[in-house]
Amino acid sequence: MSSPAIKAINLTKKYGSLLAVDHINFEVAVGEIFGLLGPNGAGKSTTIGMLTTLVKPTEGTALVNGFDVIRQSSKVRASIGVVLQEYTADEDLTGWENLMLAASLYGIPNDVAKERAKELLEMVELANAANKKVENYSGGMRRRLEIAMGLINRPRILFLDEPTLGLDVQTRSAIWTYITKLKREYNMTILVTTHYLEEADAYCDRIAIIDRGRIAKIGTPKELKESLGGDIIMLQIVGNVDLAKQVIMSIDGMGDVRIMDNSIWITAKDGGSMAPQILEALNKNGVRVAKISITEPTMDEVYMKYTGKSLREEQSNWEEAMSTMRTIRKARS
Amino acid sequence: MMERQNLGPLHGLWSLTNRELKKWYKAPFILLLSLVQPVLWLGLFGKAMNLGNMFTSGLNIPGLNIPKQVIDQIGTELIKSTFGTTDYFSFLAAGMLSFIVLFTSMNSGMMIVWDRRLGFLNKLLTTPVSRGSIIMGKVFSAVIRSLVQATIVLVIALLLGMQFRPNISALDIVGTYVALFLMSLGLSSLFIMLALRSTSWESQMAIMNLLNLPLLFASNAFYPVKLMPSWLKPVVEINPISYANDISRQLLLGATGMNSIWFDFAFLLAFAAIFSTLGIVLSWRYLNS
Ligand SMILES: Nc1ncnc2c1ncn2[C@@H]1O[C@H](COP(=O)(O)OP(=O)(O)OP(=O)(O)O)[C@@H](O)[C@H]1O
Ligand SMILES: [Mg+2]
Repeated sequence: MSSPAIKAINLTKKYGSLLAVDHINFEVAVGEIFGLLGPNGAGKSTTIGMLTTLVKPTEGTALVNGFDVIRQSSKVRASIGVVLQEYTADEDLTGWENLMLAASLYGIPNDVAKERAKELLEMVELANAANKKVENYSGGMRRRLEIAMGLINRPRILFLDEPTLGLDVQTRSAIWTYITKLKREYNMTILVTTHYLEEADAYCDRIAIIDRGRIAKIGTPKELKESLGGDIIMLQIVGNVDLAKQVIMSIDGMGDVRIMDNSIWITAKDGGSMAPQILEALNKNGVRVAKISITEPTMDEVYMKYTGKSLREEQSNWEEAMSTMRTIRKARS
Repeated sequence: MMERQNLGPLHGLWSLTNRELKKWYKAPFILLLSLVQPVLWLGLFGKAMNLGNMFTSGLNIPGLNIPKQVIDQIGTELIKSTFGTTDYFSFLAAGMLSFIVLFTSMNSGMMIVWDRRLGFLNKLLTTPVSRGSIIMGKVFSAVIRSLVQATIVLVIALLLGMQFRPNISALDIVGTYVALFLMSLGLSSLFIMLALRSTSWESQMAIMNLLNLPLLFASNAFYPVKLMPSWLKPVVEINPISYANDISRQLLLGATGMNSIWFDFAFLLAFAAIFSTLGIVLSWRYLNS
């Protein structure tokens, strides 16, 4: 087994008395897409900040590409790509100039830089806008440019803080296409934070749910959903609901069983093979079932369980805040 | 997949310097705008309200029949002993060189405040570029901008009638630029350090506005030290602007200076050395924390 791309060891950040990140430990394997999920202020950006040497840990440390973020910070910096939550490109320069500047900051020779900048602009579909000033870019274009800038040094690990926040569905899916391509073609390790649960579910190999500076749960999307106790089976009963509940509870492997009006909600591991057993038992006891459905739990339920919050409300607040920020910035320039 | 990277201690320094210069010469309007003030002062004080004319505009005392030549002679001597030269316009023009250097160097602080606000600085800090290069790029671009702007002011002043001393040599010009360079180096390092630590661009603006005009007027830029009240003199005498002016006036105009030119240079050198070291070290420590 090769050593992990990222290993956080008791990583901690205090701001005054606030524990922004509280002794977290996790590992990310090479070539993994690893998602950090959590409500606003959970400590996601602070964690990325410490892993990218931008923020000094108060306690603990992390190994990134095998280098210690505290003692070998410049080696860490040279080996990673970073796309921060805020836009960082220079608005007064063109997309091309920004890429060339980024390249020189990584000490990439000019001829190599030119070739690579061209390639990256093609990849993020900005070749036509290369010579436009960044202040004229749309939000989606800016985000794509930031990603290209983060890739200029061909990093082995790419950190992405909210790469799809506030973008339209099409741009979001384009960005995920790039991300999965990087993993597939270069075996790049990607650590990404997002507010979109469906995205985390669809594209991340593993997810850590962070809440108030701590990791509440870590695992593959499937594991996280299974940790809720399995699938949700809903039965619409004709007749005695209480009897039905008793019968169901006597079967092995049932999780929660609840009555709702004349329906029964069951959580069960592997709902698909449990359902026939349930039907058989009910049939034997003379209970008739009018309708049955089996659904897998979504990340929404997972998120709700581990953070106690619904992301739906939060998301809208976020987009509002971001759009206000953008308006302010436009007005200033 | 990683490959050849030239990560010398100064890699990226020129790109960062060049970035600032690009922003500057690509916005010629702002460049011109910053020249308005010194040129305006030149016109206003140098031409319209020329202090020198006070002494030579034909003093006439009724009852006494003093020939005009004598009065003019006395006037000229008076000007020479106060300003060190008979030509107030040229005296002022030399002062405007340090004016533009002062303002341009101060402005360099604003650039880093914007970089921090707009996330550019954070991005820089995640790259392997050295913290020293980040700061030195700022300082260098400020110094280059200052010297170019000073050259433009000098050319305008010459067009408007500034007179060099007759036997001026290339060395005199070089000496003047060295003085302006030292002044700009010290001032821009100082203001970049202040800007890094200030919490907002408003507070940085406030610091700048608090300091710029007082620094200018508490120097010999407009007015000779000789005529200043005694409480102001000590301030003028530690103000680096006074020393830069003293050098440029001696070298360009052949004026009698307030100090020997070597003392002036020594003072400016010490100023630049102390403040650039202080500014760069403190900024570096700040960026590392
Ligand atoms: N420089 C700072 N000084 C003081 N407090 C800070 C600083 N940076 C972050 N914090 C605090 O640390 C906590 C974690 O912030 P962080 O930005 O890591 O959250 P996040 O999970 O990225 O949230 P979001 O989803 O809003 O981006 C927050 O309570 C925040 O207010
Ligand atoms: Mg964040």
